[in-house]
Amino acid sequence: MKTLPIETTINGDNTEFLCHADESLLDVLRDRLGMTGSKEGCGTGDCGACSVMLNGRLVCSCLVLAVETQGAEVETIEGMANGEELHPLQRVFLEEAALQCGVCTPGILVAAKALLEKNPNPTDTEVRYWLAGNLCRCTGYDKIIKAVQTAAAEMRSA
Amino acid sequence: MAFDAQTHREFKVVGTRVTRPDGIDKVTGKAAYGADISAPGMLHGRILRSPHAHARIVSIDTSAAESLAGVKAVVTGADLAQPEDDFFADVAINCLARDKVLYDGHAVAAVAAKSKSIAKQAIRLIKVDYEILPHVTDVDEAMKPDAPVVQEGRALETVPRGMSQNVTTHCQFGHGDLDAGFAKADKIIERSFKTAATHQGYIEPQACMASLGSDGRGEVWCCTQGQYMVRQNCAAVLGVEESQLRITSSEIGGGFGGKTSTFIEPVALALSRKSGKPVKIVMTRDEVLKATGPTISTSMDIKIGMTQDGRITAARGELRYSGGAYPNETVDMGAQAAFAAYDLPAVETIGWNAMTNRPKEIPYRAPGAPTSIYAVESVVDELCQELGLDPLDVRLLNAARKGTLSSYGPTFNEIGLVATLEAAKAHPHYTAPLGPNQGRGLSCGFWFNFGGNTCVSLNINDDGTVGVVEGNPDIGGSRASISMMAAEELGVPYDKVRTVIADTSSLGFNDITDGSRVTFAVGLATIEAARAAIKEMCRRVAKIWDIDEEAVIWEDGCAKPAGPNAGTHPPMALAEIAAIAGKTGGPIAGHHEVNADGAGVSFGVHLCDTEVDPETGATKILRYTVFQDAGKAVHPDYVEGQMQGGAVQGIGWALNEEYIYGEDGRLQNAGFLDYRVPVASDLPNIETVILEIPNPGHPYGVRGVGETPIVPPLAAIANAVSRAAGVRMTELPMSPPRLLKAMTG
Repeated sequence: MKTLPIETTINGDNTEFLCHADESLLDVLRDRLGMTGSKEGCGTGDCGACSVMLNGRLVCSCLVLAVETQGAEVETIEGMANGEELHPLQRVFLEEAALQCGVCTPGILVAAKALLEKNPNPTDTEVRYWLAGNLCRCTGYDKIIKAVQTAAAEMRSA
Repeated sequence: MAFDAQTHREFKVVGTRVTRPDGIDKVTGKAAYGADISAPGMLHGRILRSPHAHARIVSIDTSAAESLAGVKAVVTGADLAQPEDDFFADVAINCLARDKVLYDGHAVAAVAAKSKSIAKQAIRLIKVDYEILPHVTDVDEAMKPDAPVVQEGRALETVPRGMSQNVTTHCQFGHGDLDAGFAKADKIIERSFKTAATHQGYIEPQACMASLGSDGRGEVWCCTQGQYMVRQNCAAVLGVEESQLRITSSEIGGGFGGKTSTFIEPVALALSRKSGKPVKIVMTRDEVLKATGPTISTSMDIKIGMTQDGRITAARGELRYSGGAYPNETVDMGAQAAFAAYDLPAVETIGWNAMTNRPKEIPYRAPGAPTSIYAVESVVDELCQELGLDPLDVRLLNAARKGTLSSYGPTFNEIGLVATLEAAKAHPHYTAPLGPNQGRGLSCGFWFNFGGNTCVSLNINDDGTVGVVEGNPDIGGSRASISMMAAEELGVPYDKVRTVIADTSSLGFNDITDGSRVTFAVGLATIEAARAAIKEMCRRVAKIWDIDEEAVIWEDGCAKPAGPNAGTHPPMALAEIAAIAGKTGGPIAGHHEVNADGAGVSFGVHLCDTEVDPETGATKILRYTVFQDAGKAVHPDYVEGQMQGGAVQGIGWALNEEYIYGEDGRLQNAGFLDYRVPVASDLPNIETVILEIPNPGHPYGVRGVGETPIVPPLAAIANAVSRAAGVRMTELPMSPPRLLKAMTG
């Protein structure tokens, strides 16, 4: 199978890569670009561990073909902190112990950021439904929901 | 090692909520898990799996796959050693089948190729000729004398003759006169229960990268709960020496017991040996569900007698567990745990294991206990309903306490059950009003907890910081709690300590991260290692001050003269001692090696409110509170996290999760869409109440906390649902169709 040249923007950087037509965006991120922060938990769009933003929309990168990102804007967990400065969600997740094993955490952070950009003042129920596509098997979600709300309050008052 | 004599110890670090040391990497995507590393020249491995529940392998033709461009190696069971030891032989044939496939998904052959897509293509070119055999997936069916036999000649000597060859284990525990006990009862209830197999459901599939040379030297990077266990298994299955294998554990994306065995590491090593290249294998989710270890499936009978005022007079349980296609002794733990919460005059628990054509059971958080305790606690609840008694009062009346002869033999030492029940009774949740179609359930839970083999090295660095080297993968924040205990003992700030997890060549043997043992046993060894380092620092200072070693004490991170007779030397801080270590005898370190006992059993009580929908059979969890004795909560955030996470896994087990097999013996729901674990919108907040009844077996009183929280939810929810629905539920999961059927008769 021939590879195809793709030009896209990832976390603000112009990025060119070659890929096969059947490769997912997740495979390209992880295997070709060395961006392993997005995780594959299922490969079928059920767990959300590979969540990224594609042109401002929250998607499972395992369900996006890499060739579809031609000319697109992709944001991943690797672009969430600003240098040394963590995004408030990242910092509060640490402060409030909203992670245990941490493997779902990148996807949950990307999804939570997307929520707060759309809805800076969500109810707990809204947070729970928005994150229903992101499986976490360690925490029971309790501390995750609280951390999202703490970060949301902080971001509103900033 | 006993609980410290000082009864009113003021902890400075232990009990605080510090930030975990691996946190930044985990919120920025930098942390390296099993699938996250690559090597130059690396090949991609993929495994061919049986589509049949049970079949004889007549032949395997790998020639077409081998000749596909880009394929560098193909292996089958013939490429692995045949260990004589039964345990390792089972590991080997579970990694790659030999004569028979024992379940849908059983590995048959594997390839290594230049790319994932070539590997995928190549396994389709392997031709396996199967002779299909009759299969059995239900435990009760498997115990029938005429059931298809999964494996022959595997029964232990304890199994009576004349039973199906599938029955491999028989155990029995108890004491007292059952007949006399039941004769004293005013009410006896006997019920049968069934529970489906569930999966640990860790979000990170098994993944490894392995390299093995023709000289027998190898390296493995993998996500595991125990690098030393991986080394033992790989050495046995590959026929190489342990000293020649170096296993490094990656960050681990969940385990819950499920990563306490090996499935792919020996296969990757075999492919690497054959191809001469590093080989990476990453399981897909359907492989994880089909071919790694779910929990047991069960069938159970429970009979309990009670007086009108709520005293249990006798109790009997018979448990039939299936641990899949191999002999399995999880039922032993289920039988021991079943009645552990009660002080009983007469009790008997009998257990059986029967093989079925299902994947090999691998431990899942308190293995064996959630199901047997579910059955017991359901019958206790029904007795309370029938006799009009308060379920918490009945449990308090019958609760095991210090001095109770437990249902499985030992006499309990200091335990926290009564305190935990009293906390539940005093909590506003217990008396909050309920609406229509709503019910409240409660259950006790119990887990043994383990200690086990543990090595820790603690190094005092020249700049006054401290390095702790331990050998257990950090599955939920243990590096933080271990650093905290080192800091506490040495009297230095938490951020001066860094704890790392050693590979198998850098530290002596450690048991796997299981049995809720790490904070207990590694913590204990860390405290002892710190004490050894302190002793050495005091010795060095005594030399400097020219006084007796015994005249130097350690306080607040400093060596000090023990009293006025020792002189008026100003205290020397750890950093000062470290800075001149080269002049006083060389580097300073402490280490400790132990097979720790005294883990201290753990009890929990869960309270749950549910609402059932009479039209759909769906259950909503309205409120959930977990009460648990942690001994001493080293890092309360992560103790709460264990309590919340365990409760939610139990909620999944109670309401939705199940292995569904078709008539053809194939797994019908091998994906997260159909094997439904709880999601955020299914749940309320999980409230937590930590009790601290010190464990006499640990210097700070720590008990393991990780497993107990999955034990009570099954019964707590079943009792809540049964009360809400007005019908006793005796089968898990209580999925909407099952509940609807029960409610509509």
